[in-house]
Amino acid sequence: MSAIETTYREALRQALIDAMNEDPDIVVLGEEVGLYGGAYGVTKGLIDQFGPERILDTPISEAAIVGAAVGAAMSGLRPVAELMYVDFVGIVMDQLANQAAKIRYMFGGQIGVPMVLRSQGGTGRSAAAQHSQSLEAWMAHVPGLRLAMPATVNDAYHLLRHALTLPDPVVFLEHKGLYVQKGTLDTAQPDAPWGKAVVRRAGHDLTIVTYSKMLLESLAAAEQLAAQGVSAEVIDLRTLNPLDEETVANSVRRTHRAMVVTEAHLTGGFSAELSARIHESCFDHLEEPVARVAGEDIPIPVSPPLERNAVPNAQLITETGLWLVQRKAPAWAL
Amino acid sequence: MAKSAQSRAAKSGGDSTPEEILTYYRDMLLIRRFEEKAGQLYGMGLIGGFCHLYIGQEAVVVGMQAAAEQGDTVITSYRDHGHMLACGMDAKGVMAELTGRRGGYSKGKGGSMHMFSREKGFYGGHGIVGSQVPLGTGLGFAHSYREDGKVTMCYLGDGAINQGQVYESFNMAALWKLPVVYVIENNKYAMGTSVQRSSAGTELYKRGVAYGIPGERVDGMDVMSVRKTGAAALAHAREGKGPFILEMMTYRYRGHSMSDPAKYRSKEEVAKMRQEHDPIDRLREYILSNKVADEAKLKDIDREIKDIVSAATEFAQQSPEPDPSELWTDVLLEA
Repeated sequence: MSAIETTYREALRQALIDAMNEDPDIVVLGEEVGLYGGAYGVTKGLIDQFGPERILDTPISEAAIVGAAVGAAMSGLRPVAELMYVDFVGIVMDQLANQAAKIRYMFGGQIGVPMVLRSQGGTGRSAAAQHSQSLEAWMAHVPGLRLAMPATVNDAYHLLRHALTLPDPVVFLEHKGLYVQKGTLDTAQPDAPWGKAVVRRAGHDLTIVTYSKMLLESLAAAEQLAAQGVSAEVIDLRTLNPLDEETVANSVRRTHRAMVVTEAHLTGGFSAELSARIHESCFDHLEEPVARVAGEDIPIPVSPPLERNAVPNAQLITETGLWLVQRKAPAWAL
Repeated sequence: MAKSAQSRAAKSGGDSTPEEILTYYRDMLLIRRFEEKAGQLYGMGLIGGFCHLYIGQEAVVVGMQAAAEQGDTVITSYRDHGHMLACGMDAKGVMAELTGRRGGYSKGKGGSMHMFSREKGFYGGHGIVGSQVPLGTGLGFAHSYREDGKVTMCYLGDGAINQGQVYESFNMAALWKLPVVYVIENNKYAMGTSVQRSSAGTELYKRGVAYGIPGERVDGMDVMSVRKTGAAALAHAREGKGPFILEMMTYRYRGHSMSDPAKYRSKEEVAKMRQEHDPIDRLREYILSNKVADEAKLKDIDREIKDIVSAATEFAQQSPEPDPSELWTDVLLEA
């Protein structure tokens, strides 16, 4: 199949269809995944194609949905559990962190949990404080979980396909602001192997490390920076576990400046982890301390103008880049 | 043994063959002697961490396994040594896991609460109260999806029954008619809190009523009753009629764990249970009075069990500590 133009949502849907056609052990379970077609439409029509035996509408019982997925995975099925919003992960954290993530280790490697937990997070739809968070740090903190956060249409497809071949639990976090994003899907050609970061834009003055929807803001910022004489390299991590530190370090050792951009809150966020690792691996190469551009440490408000200012945008990333490279402070900081 | 108990046992002997009855006796005795030894090893400092003994509750898991079919699956929480032995897991591997050694079922990484055997259909060994219930429901879903005619026995305690995940699971299992038998082991105390002090509504077998799940209360100190009622419940689930709840009225003689001060119950209460309801004494009486076997045969079994437990103890002390490199293995397979 040659490359086609499609959306992030359609790419995810196609990944599920292709994977289910190949592997009869894959079942999808979650709230509204069947008749309704998924809260964000990712599983639309799947129930017609695969039947209610493989596309299971569940009660609103997140702990049991994920727990049942873990149990089914232990016996060799490959369930895809959908958590409608990542904000509900508190309800399933026991099953995720204490069961799914621990079973291989605590049973001495005799058994794995080959399941995928699909969910989505992020701002942009006025969904307010309980439906807009970026909680990847909670899961990144747990050994035993893989964690993927695709930003592009091609990655939406290929990372999900790969996740559905892995022997261990994968948390697959989509972004609600990306579902309608258009892009090129080539089902025969992933952007890179699973676990490898991708340099989405090459540059030599500054390295911007990011993932998920902040990739779009970072690329827009890189364009603005270029207009002002700053050449920014933009790295899309794609997966936080595995974490490709090598690609990041190789870039920073060349550019000597690094910025980490996340939508998630600053405090205790994955940006802190990335910043610490860059400092540890590239200290002698850095001209400036690593800058973190992250979500404000506040709940996400519903008002669109307030919501927009709760998370980073291209302008803030650009301003931070100009400061790092040219010591040029934005007007508001003077 | 009390007369009434004896007559109940006699009545429920039912269709078990003499060989089967001796197997129940043997399996219960194996658990009892194994657990006594585990308690000793704990006292000697050879077992550390948590160690929840099953002494007193042997009839529950032995009776259920007697009713189960090859291929049925079992999952439980942390008081799991008895379940593993009843599932046919090797006493050596279980004891060596208690001592945290390389020869243990989980290579010294899981311990008392976390062992597993796909071959024996045992899916752990889980430490978070109630968390095994959604997992067991998922195992039942897998049986249903594969249409393999097998049933999951999902054990939980009278403490777990008040966890929210349990009711989400009951609803899901009933909705999808999953082949799961939920076996509540009501040993009267959730750690130190009695059922009366923790449960509004102490008839735990009725906890599935809202979901249309049938339930039955069973004398969990009588292996024959457990086997008989267990067989009916398993048949119900196997026939596609959905889940079933069994409330096993049982009793643990020892503390919740090895560090239990046991101030929440009287010595007299424990002594009374041991003297009047002990599942092994009861079956022994039954065997002798009904001439299923004679004293000499039972002595042979005693000796056999003693040898198994001795060998397991020896193995658990001789097996080497895990290699230091094991610290980093088994977290995730290579992606």
